[in-house]
Amino acid sequence: MIFSLSRAWLLNETPSTRSQAIWGRRYRLWLGLRTNPLAMLGLLIIVVVLLLSLIAPLLTPYDPGFQDLANRLASPSAKHWLGSDELGRDIYTRVLYGGRTTLGMVIAVVTLTAPIGLLVGCIAGYTGGILDKLLMRLTDIFLSFPRLILALAFVAALKPGVESAILAIALTAWPPYARLARAETMQFRNSDFIAANRLTGADPMRIILHHVMPLCMPSLIVRITLDMSSIIITAASLGFLGMGAQPPSPEWGTMIATARRFLFTEWWVPMMPCIAIFLTSLAFNFLGDGLRDVLDPKER
Amino acid sequence: MRVLNRFFSTLGSLMLTLFGLSVLTFFIGRVMPTDPVLAAVGDNAPESVVIRVRQEMGLDQPLWVQFGRYLNQLLHGDLGKSILTSHPVISDIAHYFPATLELATAAILVAIVIGVPLGVWAAVRQGTWIDQTIRVVCLAGHSIPVFVLSLLSLLVFYAVLGIAPGPGRQDIIYQDMVPHVTGLLTIDSLLDGDYGAFHDALAHMAQPVLILAYFSMAYITRMTRTFMLNALNGEFIITARAKGLSARRVIWRHAFPTVAVQLVTVIALTYAGLLEGAVVTENVFSWPGLGQYLTTSLMNADMNPVIGATLLIGTAYVLLNLCADLLYRLWDPRVK
Repeated sequence: MIFSLSRAWLLNETPSTRSQAIWGRRYRLWLGLRTNPLAMLGLLIIVVVLLLSLIAPLLTPYDPGFQDLANRLASPSAKHWLGSDELGRDIYTRVLYGGRTTLGMVIAVVTLTAPIGLLVGCIAGYTGGILDKLLMRLTDIFLSFPRLILALAFVAALKPGVESAILAIALTAWPPYARLARAETMQFRNSDFIAANRLTGADPMRIILHHVMPLCMPSLIVRITLDMSSIIITAASLGFLGMGAQPPSPEWGTMIATARRFLFTEWWVPMMPCIAIFLTSLAFNFLGDGLRDVLDPKER
Repeated sequence: MRVLNRFFSTLGSLMLTLFGLSVLTFFIGRVMPTDPVLAAVGDNAPESVVIRVRQEMGLDQPLWVQFGRYLNQLLHGDLGKSILTSHPVISDIAHYFPATLELATAAILVAIVIGVPLGVWAAVRQGTWIDQTIRVVCLAGHSIPVFVLSLLSLLVFYAVLGIAPGPGRQDIIYQDMVPHVTGLLTIDSLLDGDYGAFHDALAHMAQPVLILAYFSMAYITRMTRTFMLNALNGEFIITARAKGLSARRVIWRHAFPTVAVQLVTVIALTYAGLLEGAVVTENVFSWPGLGQYLTTSLMNADMNPVIGATLLIGTAYVLLNLCADLLYRLWDPRVK
């Protein structure tokens, strides 16, 4: 195994190994992405936000729940960079820790829904027939529900909190992936290499898992990246309506909900988490838009 | 024959989707953490009363019997009673829905008037700074939660600048002064000839409508741009240009009509999405609509209104989807 990760090796027109071809393709995509300034800005913000939330305890001397009632609603200063909230808690700290909750929710939703959507879509698209009809009808039913409303009703029925919010969003987030994966699968289910595979005696599940699914990945990745921002917004909206993460745990939407009564007097208390939400979801949209241009040029 | 077939298959899928919606809402109503029997009789009721009430409410029956009863009620337009308002949910909804309808309709009109030309403009000027600016404006619309923009707008236009009225649908002096005809305040006040009230209603609508319109506009603009780009690459456009037609004529008379049908479907879907976006906006602007009703009931664990409102919005959503689909089939000769 040669690990000469040089530019020439990556850009070689006649790759000698499979991994060289794969990495060469990825490198070319990266080069394409790099020419899009908005996408790079998005990527940068995402990496920074991820890092900040990961190492939050190292970046702040305060605890997100630590109350200092003598120091309520302090304006931004050297001691409290972004001011303090109605219980004297440091807003900077809470925004950092809030990123953990929000990003954690997003990651949980995606890891729950993407494989399910992909599997359902590929199976439906590959097998066709009655199974396809059945699965797509189910997808259509879920797809035709208003997302936030269903999530709200679902969370209210379970119990307001992070776990129910994740479940509720996941319940409404998988159908678009299934639709997408099905459409992709239909395109090459009758192609020669699949037929060749079938002739060698590969069973359908193996073909789906090893040959169909990987081909659906590019458009799925684009879709997921673009979806991230809508998941962030749904999660924050649930929090804002009191159905997501419960106070005192720091979550951006919840923080805005509890602080909105200070909007006209101490505007920075509700506005700081607002800015955090906006930046993060804008970053995902920028990156997704750029990725689409690279991975899926026909959709441009 | 084929038309009839199509019709029945569409009708079938509509019924199936609505059935799915009722199954889902049924289970949402059943899995709630509080026991409805205890909520009705109180914690200290003797065991015999609890058992009797449970039987009266039909909760001792197997689930499928309960579901049958629930479906039967739905088909008779009975959504139960709200604990909070002590009115039947259906009359509550009839009372609150016009406010939401007014908001969403005004918003979609604004969004169409601004979004479609903007999308066409972006497509015609593809790759220039105009296109890029429109792109960023639209992406921002996808990235900012409705409630953040609403709070910001209240802060700037109401608190700081003082040029917009505060939350609510009317000033206190016009409260209950406009006779109820359609429930849409702008129309009712005009019918009454009360221009003061009309002006007041419009002023109160401005902020929530513009905010909702921005979100719909972001989507409509982006889709218009994509459709127009496809159309402008067509050979018939090259022909039209070669004939020496003016740019405006090529764009509006040759390219635009081909995308208009696709746009109708997009607009129908956006309108459905607006009903949902209204929930959060109404919460911020204390707008007495369906969304406000839904969230207030949620906070008080009043499940009947929650289920009723979810059903209504869900049904509207499904019907609008269907309309979009039908219009597309009817108007676009390419589908046949």
